[in-house]
Amino acid sequence: MKTIYFDNNATTRVADEVFEAMKPFLTDLYGNPSSMHTFGGQVEKYIRHSREKIAELLGCDSSEIIFTSGGTESDNAAIKGVLDAMPEKKKIITTRVEHPAVLATCRQMQAAGYRLVELGVDKDGQIDLEELKSEVDDDTAIVTIMYANNETGVVFPIDKIAEIVKAKGAVFHTDAVQAVGKLALNLDKSNIDLLSLSGHKLHAPKGIGVLYIRKGTRISPFIVGGHQEKSRRAGTENVAGIVALGKASELAAKTIGRENTKVKKLRDKLENAILKTCPAALLNGDKINRLPNTCNISFEFIEGESILLLLYQFGICASSGSACTSGSLEPSHVMRAMGVPFTAAHGSIRFSLSRYNTEDEVDFVIEKMPVIVNRLRELSPFVK
Amino acid sequence: MWDYNPKVMEYFLHPRNAGEIENPDGVGEEGSLACGDALKLTFKLDENGRIADVKFKTFGCASAIASASIMTEMAKGLTIEEAEKITNKDIVDKLGGLPEQKMHCSVMGMEALQAAIANYRSGKGLPQKKIEGKIVCTCFGVTDKEIEKVIVENDLDTVEQVTNYCKAGGGCGSCRGEIELIIEKIRGKKTKKDESQTGPKKLTNLQKIQLIQRTISEQIRPLLKADGGDIDLIDVEGSKVIVAFRGMCSKCPTAEFTMKDVVEARLKEFVSSDIVVEEQSE
Repeated sequence: MKTIYFDNNATTRVADEVFEAMKPFLTDLYGNPSSMHTFGGQVEKYIRHSREKIAELLGCDSSEIIFTSGGTESDNAAIKGVLDAMPEKKKIITTRVEHPAVLATCRQMQAAGYRLVELGVDKDGQIDLEELKSEVDDDTAIVTIMYANNETGVVFPIDKIAEIVKAKGAVFHTDAVQAVGKLALNLDKSNIDLLSLSGHKLHAPKGIGVLYIRKGTRISPFIVGGHQEKSRRAGTENVAGIVALGKASELAAKTIGRENTKVKKLRDKLENAILKTCPAALLNGDKINRLPNTCNISFEFIEGESILLLLYQFGICASSGSACTSGSLEPSHVMRAMGVPFTAAHGSIRFSLSRYNTEDEVDFVIEKMPVIVNRLRELSPFVK
Repeated sequence: MWDYNPKVMEYFLHPRNAGEIENPDGVGEEGSLACGDALKLTFKLDENGRIADVKFKTFGCASAIASASIMTEMAKGLTIEEAEKITNKDIVDKLGGLPEQKMHCSVMGMEALQAAIANYRSGKGLPQKKIEGKIVCTCFGVTDKEIEKVIVENDLDTVEQVTNYCKAGGGCGSCRGEIELIIEKIRGKKTKKDESQTGPKKLTNLQKIQLIQRTISEQIRPLLKADGGDIDLIDVEGSKVIVAFRGMCSKCPTAEFTMKDVVEARLKEFVSSDIVVEEQSE
């Protein structure tokens, strides 16, 4: 059975070029870049090259790139590092729809005595900028708001948000794990102070990420015990991962145009067809301000896990915000924050595409989806 | 990902007895859309009083569908008295096991069958939901009788297990203290904690407030957090502790008498037995 991978917001396949680029660092070039001998030391220049490629993709200076183990570490390091560096400020602002890497970190700091404000969202998944404006005050250390939502693909007006935060003198962090590689960024022209990204969301392997730290941002190191990354993140470099992320960034810079043409066209075709052929199907989140690859659709009166398992009978991979898929008893916090009714929240399915998907795959899913939905609807006691 | 065995997958992919019987002798409904799973069961008896046909309709995950389907096969041909004895454990055994967090699916099956039998006995053709006992978990509408039943039949001894089996305690979490008491009652552990806790050390006012604060952040807040709720300590006047519920908890109509009790119980246990909790009036 052929796998049809429509779950690229969960993780992506490693690009062939990326795999080739990282291979030598898992075999012949295994030296430690901190070593005095050339065998190790020669590796340093590949790290530098990778750093430059990532800086080009983000539109920043390569000295502002810190390598981490991934998005979750970057989020933890950003929030905790800023709070540690400015002990006089005691307030954190975030949103109710953040990834758990941010939300759980903020709530942990709240338990330690910080004041936490979680901004709500409207039915489109957007925050109220006026509310944000009124919340940021002199006591606010950090505002952390995601660039794009992993479940719905909803994109926040990050430049406007950064401007508001900057004007009030707080530090602004954004979890851009879902945005990098899909949306064009230019950090030099923005007011973003800190940005998290994760390699495996843009066709690099798992276990490598970046925290962008704007020059002059007050932040303490999160992981200590070595001089690496100018003592801002200790630990021997994940050289193969770093090289891979550099290559993936180089590729992303070239393909980002395609995300907004080819990938978006496929997504739109999939979405329009499903909404048309499946009765009682609703789109979740802002239709306009959205990642080009993501769509989140609720199928009323049926349950997400059942839909996913039936999809996989045809080799189709997607994900769901239903309670059952997570092992918790409540549907996704993002769906609940947007006020999606329970009739629909339990049956929400996310399709997230990549540049590797084809029109044939989209057509296949379009053909199977109504069959699956009708089959489960026939079993549902809520459908007359 | 769930590790479903082939039998569960078989009954999910090819469910037996799906549908609804017209003019049934008994109808039972359990669960709701809000809960994320629901089951409607209908059956018809033959002239000998045995279940001639039984059908189900399920909104839910693979294990909910498989549990309902296999249960209809088990019930077919039985008398009402025999069918009544089917437990959730029988359903799980027949399926060859379910993941621990999915046990509530099998309980829903058993309860729908019992509701259908009760409906048949009441002689009305209309579905009616039996509520036996007192509601403990208001989020999922689970009664003390239902909790006791899953504890006894499945030999449970932690609150987490109870949540896995009947969902009680899996929402706002405010009933977890009460569930613990039910477990203790059944397990026969008489709480002798009170005696060991005597010998009250006199706390200074400051120490007392700090202890209250710590108990709230370590013991109480995590419970409420599970559902986006929260609690703030407003004031302490002698042994009177004034708190405010935030987030989801503040909108919950049952917050006043369930949460307040939980908070009070914890503070009595960890701070002082004479603590009284009051909710701040808006």
